[in-house]
Amino acid sequence: MGRVVVDVMPKPEILDPQGKAVAGSLPRLGFGQFVGVRQGKRFELEVDGDVTQEHLDAAREAGVQVLSNPVIEDVVAVYEDAQGTQVDA
Amino acid sequence: MGRIGVVTFPGTLDDRDAARAVRIAGGEAVALWHADADLKGVDAVVLPGGFSYGDYLRAGAISSHAPIMREIVDAAAKGLPVLGICNGFQVLTEAHLLPGSMIKNDHLRFLCREQVLVVENAETAWTRQYAAGERITVPLKNQDGQYVADERTLDELEGEGRVVFRYDGWNPNGSRRGIAGVCNAAGNVVGLMPHPEHATEAGFGPDGAKGPRTGTDGLRFFTSVLTSLVGAA
Repeated sequence: MGRVVVDVMPKPEILDPQGKAVAGSLPRLGFGQFVGVRQGKRFELEVDGDVTQEHLDAAREAGVQVLSNPVIEDVVAVYEDAQGTQVDA
Repeated sequence: MGRIGVVTFPGTLDDRDAARAVRIAGGEAVALWHADADLKGVDAVVLPGGFSYGDYLRAGAISSHAPIMREIVDAAAKGLPVLGICNGFQVLTEAHLLPGSMIKNDHLRFLCREQVLVVENAETAWTRQYAAGERITVPLKNQDGQYVADERTLDELEGEGRVVFRYDGWNPNGSRRGIAGVCNAAGNVVGLMPHPEHATEAGFGPDGAKGPRTGTDGLRFFTSVLTSLVGAA
């Protein structure tokens, strides 16, 4: 089982209210060294067999068409999950 | 009598109120189901509010690919009047019938209040019975209500008179330029975050000039479109 990861982030010019709220909470928990936070989404797409270039191309297309909304988000990375983070059982 | 379809998606909340608003306005409400690629020959369509698919992925994103939406996109291009309210507005932006998108309110909280809107465009299929510059009060209730679009799109909307409603006074969610609702270039597709269908019958709406809960400022959305249909026939 291969896995393709698609990372989606809010566009830089879009204020990210969730990231801002997280950034506000970090200093209260002792993490004062982080001056900003942006929150995005990670999608893991599973395929039968090894990940091919076609899988990566299709994942990028799905990222642009469905997984992200180009008005507010960018697909920032599409890559094979080589670590093979295994799902239990 | 005009037949107005009201679409139900999984997680839609306000379809019954929208259908009721249509009937109060003198129209016939026709229930439409998201999974049927069938508009049942209606003369106009309302996409009501709610949390279709639990707002999974993005508000309105999964619903925008429903079989009924392909029919609506085709029919809208031919002039079918379409109104998207709240989640319905989010579905219309995800379906590319309207520009821009909605993100979480800038204050991050769900907000429910009686909201004053300024009618900026009184020439759309859904706003003909209002006057430009008129202030109306309808409920506003959402969490992802912050309207965003790039500056070029916003300038275009303003330049073409496609900002249909703006929040009066305090901006309740951080929407760009205080925009509460927009329309397409032809003016037959309108979307807004506040809820006109909840302000159509005395006794159940916002407070009005005649006393508590007497406000019916939302009713003219529905009488406007019914009149438009008569005019077109």
